[in-house]
Amino acid sequence: MSFLTHSEADRRQMLEAIGASGIRDLYADIPQSLILEEPLSLPEALSEWEATRLVSELAARNRDLVCFAGAGIYDHHVPAAADHILRRSEFYTAYTPYQPEVSQGTLQSIYEFQTMVCELTGLDVANASIYDGATATAEAVLMALSVTRRQEVILAGHLHPHYSQVLKTYTQGLSTSVRTLPPGAGGTVEATDLPITDATACVVVQNPNFLGLIEELGPIVERAHSEGALVICSVADPVSLALIRSPGDQGVDVVAGEGQPFGNTPNFGGPVVGLFAAREKYIRKMPGRIVGATEDAEGRRGYVLTLQTREQQIRREKATSNICTNQGLNALAATLHLALIGREGLRQVAETSVQNAHYAASRIRELEGFELLHPGTPFVREFAVRTEEDPRSILGRAIERGVLAGVRLGRFPDLGTPDGLLLAFTEKRTRAEIDLLVDTLAGG
Amino acid sequence: MSLVPFPFKSGTTPTIFERSQPGRTGTAMTRPDVPTRPLPELIPQRHLRASPPRLPEVPEHEVVRHYTEISLKNHHVDRALYPLGSCTMKHNPKVNEQLARLSGFAGLHPFTPVGAVQGALGLMYELGQLLVEIAGMDACSLQPAAGAQGELTGVLLMRAYHQSRGEAGRRRVLIPDSAHGTNPATVALAGFEVVELKSNEAGRLSVRALREALDDRVAGLMLTNPNTLGVFESAILEISELVHQAGGLMYMDGANLNALTGVARPGDMGYDIVHFNLHKTFSTPHGGGGPGAGPVAVRSHLEPFLPMPTVAADGGGYVLDWDRPLSIGRVHGFYGNFGVLVRAYTFIRMLGRSGIREMAEAAVLNNAYLSARLEERFPLPYGRGMHESVFSGTELKRRTGVKTLDVAKRLLDYGFHAPTVYFPLIVSEALMTEPTETETKEELDRYVEALLSIAAEAEEDPEIVTAAPHVTPVRRLDEGRAGRELDVRWHFPGEPREG
Repeated sequence: MSFLTHSEADRRQMLEAIGASGIRDLYADIPQSLILEEPLSLPEALSEWEATRLVSELAARNRDLVCFAGAGIYDHHVPAAADHILRRSEFYTAYTPYQPEVSQGTLQSIYEFQTMVCELTGLDVANASIYDGATATAEAVLMALSVTRRQEVILAGHLHPHYSQVLKTYTQGLSTSVRTLPPGAGGTVEATDLPITDATACVVVQNPNFLGLIEELGPIVERAHSEGALVICSVADPVSLALIRSPGDQGVDVVAGEGQPFGNTPNFGGPVVGLFAAREKYIRKMPGRIVGATEDAEGRRGYVLTLQTREQQIRREKATSNICTNQGLNALAATLHLALIGREGLRQVAETSVQNAHYAASRIRELEGFELLHPGTPFVREFAVRTEEDPRSILGRAIERGVLAGVRLGRFPDLGTPDGLLLAFTEKRTRAEIDLLVDTLAGG
Repeated sequence: MSLVPFPFKSGTTPTIFERSQPGRTGTAMTRPDVPTRPLPELIPQRHLRASPPRLPEVPEHEVVRHYTEISLKNHHVDRALYPLGSCTMKHNPKVNEQLARLSGFAGLHPFTPVGAVQGALGLMYELGQLLVEIAGMDACSLQPAAGAQGELTGVLLMRAYHQSRGEAGRRRVLIPDSAHGTNPATVALAGFEVVELKSNEAGRLSVRALREALDDRVAGLMLTNPNTLGVFESAILEISELVHQAGGLMYMDGANLNALTGVARPGDMGYDIVHFNLHKTFSTPHGGGGPGAGPVAVRSHLEPFLPMPTVAADGGGYVLDWDRPLSIGRVHGFYGNFGVLVRAYTFIRMLGRSGIREMAEAAVLNNAYLSARLEERFPLPYGRGMHESVFSGTELKRRTGVKTLDVAKRLLDYGFHAPTVYFPLIVSEALMTEPTETETKEELDRYVEALLSIAAEAEEDPEIVTAAPHVTPVRRLDEGRAGRELDVRWHFPGEPREG
């Protein structure tokens, strides 16, 4: 048996100190009929090597592909130094910093993370993380309902289908009505079509949107604010924030986003890290942990969890959210990544991704049987194409050549584009790989 | 007993932003090798950011030093005992870290077609089966990202179940007063009403109070078992029967499952729904606050309502099952915290059939030993718990003026983390202590010695305790000030502080 620490002699001594004759005495409160007489039907114990071999074999059954898929999870390089620090026991074997005097490492890193999220989003305050982009978006909507005391939510344009599904799960027990506004012909939101009334709590808009297109946030904000509604910008691709105007700069009230591309590998979709930032006036309504600076008894700067009266451990059923455990280590990974690559490095990552995407788009435009879904609308590093050939057969052919040729939009029936492929590009993709993608799409 | 000062660099470390100098660069990033065009030709100028986010400009070596330095200010499981009650801070096996980082897992994109992710789906399917067997349930969803999300899933399952039976009027969830705060917070989030039940003098749910609360408005009972006092709800069979007779469902918060694995099963106790905390019971690291994973297992009558997609076996392979018309829907952007699932799977396979039981037995043994050694000095108002016990500092406070908070802070000087304090709410001056199975007798003895030493200090020189901690990287921090004068992000020089 692994990880146990007692010898038979230890057990004897301990039982004696307890005044028990055997381990079974310690289970006296459990009705006898509930005590299992037989071992569970589980496999026999494995040694560390046997477990390593077994789990490695499972990992090897997943195909290692050149990744052109995005849709909220992106294949960026994580600096070696980020994972090196992440493996420090001091960080990963600690828990939520309940005793701040012995948790300054975790607390200071969260304070730095909050600052970075504010810088990226252009907003005043940020929290210590939510589970992922989808749940961060749901939490933002819950906050808007609470702030405005209104019940109506508008999902505008191409919001990630999984994000709207999670939102609907989260609000199914509430008296919230969720309306969706389809995008206009260009694939983006037409602000004039927004059915905003004085009953609207918030408008949710993703930027860049699910198809990678850049939204005009200004007019949406203007319309929403004129009716007292909040605007939540969902950011599934935070690398874009290095280049395009921040939501905060355009008047958005809350950003709920995905931080995975910073320091976190794709991990089959989790663990990743949900970002949450807002205008300062909403801080007391925000979900999740927030770290603040203060002083110790000797006047030295230090950090603590603050505004905890918002949270479930104090406020119970009146808490702003039920979240407790968050994605702390993933937030640290993001902090490390952003610190390591820095201001210029993030710009470089974003720009290389953009150049790769636009090079690919220029080549795919030339292919017979392919067209950009929204050729006239600006995009950042992800775009959708319409294919004459069934996207399933394209994806199958590509896998044989070691390529993940994007995300099949037919996965999302509500989009109404069964013949679509969504392609994403990161700084890791080379010209040769992109050319291979183009050849594969063309059937060559 | 001697104090254990932190090794190096106490006091304030400047933020990473203060280490930044314009023009310095960190880890080199890749430039494009495709033909490029000026950015404004690709993205119209009106969409482009005027100034970049003010991320730090620091060389790689300095970044490594910065985070190494601040890391050394953390207490952590690899340093010494971390006895937070109901948090199960056990050893995090190192092999788990290695395996979760295999490129076949870490590099896997969630939108990869299922034919190319059979290893991942197989691992998820098998983990689900293992958890179902351990809990005595019938089906499982691995999607919830943490315990609180498992709870939300569970309460939404109750809702969907009652609605499917034309009983949408059942909107009350019963919760004992000893429950974790996430229980009532979750019920409110699901749009349900919390009804709090008083515990009896033994620290257990009062069956009389339960009987009085049960009617056709009740959706179910959320009951942690052993409860947050570490006390097993010995009337559980009667409780389950009463709740079921009244048409309600039984939900088990699995925070304390570490006491029970391989010994007794929630399913046999009459629970309909249970969530696991893989970051507690199954050894995955707590990561300074997360990630966790909160899979939910159910009896068969709730299976149709589980979040989608679920993983199903199909012939020789595995598929994602989307055809679930009664499902409560999706609770996570993808399939949950998959990397955490890899670690928990590895752990359970290493423990195996007998290890899973020995784990619980050793956790209970360790706590009984700790309780027996401390109960004379620190009374246990509700007796010795199973995997955790809740001591009370009331008597110490009355005699010496030293509060539980002070004891907790003084423990930090002795090189330990403090237990969970002032929780559960029904014990005054509570010290909720959970040693877990991976601590040696010697480590427990050292902890006992530290607490006894603190109790002696409280009698002889209380100020040394009330002014603690003394040898930590910072002294006691002013939490009130942090709330009054909010400073939740670095402000760059020259930038006005916001009101």
